[in-house]
Amino acid sequence: MRGGASYPVRLQFAKTGKIRWISHRDTARAFERAFRIEALPLTFTQGFSPRPKVSFGLALSTGYESDEEYLDVSFSETLDLDKLPARLCAALPTGLAVTGVAELDERAPALQEIVTVVTWTVAVGRKDEVALTAADFRAGVDALLERDEVTITRSRKGRFVQDDVRGAIRQCVIVDTTDSDNDGGVVCELETSTQPRGAKPHDVLGALMQVTPAVGPLMERRVVRTHQWIERDGARVSPLDADTRRRVVMARAS
Amino acid sequence: MSDLWPRIEPLLAEVEKPARYIGMERGSRQPAWAPHKVAWLLIYPDTYEIGLPNQGLQILYEILNERGDAVAERAYAPWVDLATSLRARGIPLFSVDTHRSAAYFDILAFNLSAELVFTNVLDLVDLAGVPVRSEDRTFEHPIVLAGGHCAFNPEPLAEYIDAFVIGEGEEVVSEITEVVAAHKRAATLPGARRGREAREQMLRELASITGVYVPSMYEVSYDGPHIAAVTPRYPEVPAKVAKRTVADLDDWPYPKQQLVPLIEVVHDRLNVEVFRGCTRGCRFCQAGMITRPVRERSAESVRTMVREGIARSGYDSVALTSLSSADFSGIGDVVGDLVTDQVGTGQVSVSLPSLRVDAFTVGIATEIQKVRRTGLTFAPEAGSWRLRQVINKLILEEDLYAAVDSAYANGWRRVKLYFLTGLPTEMDVDTLGIAELARNVVEVGRKHTKQASVTVSVGGFVPKPHTPFQWFGQNGVDEMQRKISLLRDDVRPRRGGTGPIQLKWHDAEASFAEGLCSRGDRRVGRVIERVWRAGGTFQEWSERFALDRWMEACAAEGIDADWYVTRHRSRDEILPWDHIEAGLHKDFLWDDWQEALAEHGLPDCRWTPCYDCGVCTDLALEHVVASPIPPAGGSQGTGQQLVDVDAGATAVRFLGRKPAGVQ
Repeated sequence: MRGGASYPVRLQFAKTGKIRWISHRDTARAFERAFRIEALPLTFTQGFSPRPKVSFGLALSTGYESDEEYLDVSFSETLDLDKLPARLCAALPTGLAVTGVAELDERAPALQEIVTVVTWTVAVGRKDEVALTAADFRAGVDALLERDEVTITRSRKGRFVQDDVRGAIRQCVIVDTTDSDNDGGVVCELETSTQPRGAKPHDVLGALMQVTPAVGPLMERRVVRTHQWIERDGARVSPLDADTRRRVVMARAS
Repeated sequence: MSDLWPRIEPLLAEVEKPARYIGMERGSRQPAWAPHKVAWLLIYPDTYEIGLPNQGLQILYEILNERGDAVAERAYAPWVDLATSLRARGIPLFSVDTHRSAAYFDILAFNLSAELVFTNVLDLVDLAGVPVRSEDRTFEHPIVLAGGHCAFNPEPLAEYIDAFVIGEGEEVVSEITEVVAAHKRAATLPGARRGREAREQMLRELASITGVYVPSMYEVSYDGPHIAAVTPRYPEVPAKVAKRTVADLDDWPYPKQQLVPLIEVVHDRLNVEVFRGCTRGCRFCQAGMITRPVRERSAESVRTMVREGIARSGYDSVALTSLSSADFSGIGDVVGDLVTDQVGTGQVSVSLPSLRVDAFTVGIATEIQKVRRTGLTFAPEAGSWRLRQVINKLILEEDLYAAVDSAYANGWRRVKLYFLTGLPTEMDVDTLGIAELARNVVEVGRKHTKQASVTVSVGGFVPKPHTPFQWFGQNGVDEMQRKISLLRDDVRPRRGGTGPIQLKWHDAEASFAEGLCSRGDRRVGRVIERVWRAGGTFQEWSERFALDRWMEACAAEGIDADWYVTRHRSRDEILPWDHIEAGLHKDFLWDDWQEALAEHGLPDCRWTPCYDCGVCTDLALEHVVASPIPPAGGSQGTGQQLVDVDAGATAVRFLGRKPAGVQ
């Protein structure tokens, strides 16, 4: 029903395993197909080429995994939200799993505007055969955090630009130094801002190497986005709790 | 144990489009392996985006996995970046379904849909860890099979492929499975022979299956450059190999679970085949000749496949595919039903990739493209009425203009026209006729909008085996380039800038290499091998193609490329594919070739008396057509008018060359 009733819903989902190699756009298409497979009552944009009203949150780089992604979708009638996660999981490819849903307020601000902090778990190693030690990595992190500004060259929308990355790094803590699967390596928890300009773990490692070249050629072995937060009145709120009413959260596997 | 994924995954961060290699599509299988089962690896020797939608491969994937004695998985050619890193680390070609090494499979089955993928076939056999030449393989190696349209001239790959399937694969894959399964069982018995002899025995048995051609079972002798004879080496091996054809498409409602890719691919929509075969008789068209007779799916079966396919896949568009979909007897009803019966959550669009050029067709196109009405493509193929009679594509200029007028009147904004150049008897006046038609089409459009424009795509004609043009000497590179220049100069706006006609053309050098493979014999195989060894993979991709590599390979092998490509053949010459039977009698093809030179068209036999091409009588089949009368609007009698409703559906021959929609 174009222009008719609209029931916005916020979905929380995970993207883990092999599926991490599909892009943000591919993920969006997988959801749109899942909505159609389940014959959900979508609402559509007006115009020559109507599109379903689905709005995705922050993009996740191809190759990264996530425990917590979000999207907002608008339905033309009310749905049984308790059943929605299981229905969508069945229609989505393996590795994409809906973990929570909530009814969203009619005029809730867009995810991309209000999510301001994200946390990551990053397994880091060296590209060459040399083992990365925790001490070397910690020294590199300390040197990076001491700076007020670290400008790196990165590609944005197909163009190379100079950006300060330091401003987006809130915290970087080494949580594990026994990466037994690989020969040496470090796991850290990283917290980054998304505004005014965010930084991906890849950018943070680039900045770290620029400040401390001796740390060696670093590479991400595994990157998982673990949380996304909305900051309101000095507190952190999950996007499932902000501007929402009834929420259904699935028990997380493991 | 056999899962290569942990070794492949670390390489993916460095390659283009890593999702090409992960599998996991809706509809994909993780088949349960067992020692007694025959394991097929179905390989499309081009990129994932080109290969995934291939319906033939998907049909066999399902049929084999439904059998209790077989498993089937898929592989696509890894792009150069990944292929290089796999080789550097000694990782073999793998299936995308379970990431098993290709070497674990009993059969490597290649789909040959274009000649320029031949070098990729050798590359993938090598990447699988299997010797590239058949003679170097033993019982321990997989059987290397190939099928698809290019198998109708198997000779250029005769030294590299153990067995070819000629024609449709639905039934024959089961017969092949049974032979291979019996040999697998026998090999486990005490004292079983497992060497070269055992392989030879298995190949002999495969050669006895109708539709299976085992090149090593045939001796080819030469008389100077010409073939003197092709002789079977054993009494039970047939002198001629007849193609396989399924009688009733309703018995084969496949694919039932079309694969839904996670990344964008060509033809990214639900595809439902409405009929197979075509009797319009376009003389340049190999597909139309080798897939006869016409077999329609019932309208009810089409409806069911569309309804279930949309519900299961989540696609929002469906294409009704065939070589000329407006000729489908039930087209009006089926389209009407699809449009009114909005399946699933609605917003499903329907496209008809191959239609005729007439107002009736534009009417259908208008009905189905209620939204997203962007471009319509028509394929007159030649620039003059005379030449269209030669090629038997009998579109009158008036039909084209009426169709274009109707398209603009119905809100289409862009018209594309497809042509061939280098056709038999083509003169400069015919080539320039292309520009003339394009200008007139723009004029027709201008009555509706000032912005009317037309895109003209010109392909270089490559003569194909089993067509009336198989005797024709292809235009050389210089001649084809001259014709394209002629056309470019003619459409270039007098006052500079970009005019209303955009001209696109196919690389004449690639057409030359295609011509060498298309009508080559066994001796051309060594040229292909040299091109591959020199790094010439992905020859369908313009950035990877270089004719120099082909010419150097010809020189090294003492092959005169012009003898194969530009030479006219005579009636009494033994053609390299004469022992492969597509059903059409050679006399019929020769007569049709003479009719072409006399500029005579030939009616479509679905609605006119039989002129005995040989297919129906030899196969003991009949055209399966629901309606005894030609479809409405078929004003042109024999007209082969093709129109393409532009929903990303471009003519197949342009896909490899212009991967624009893919990149």
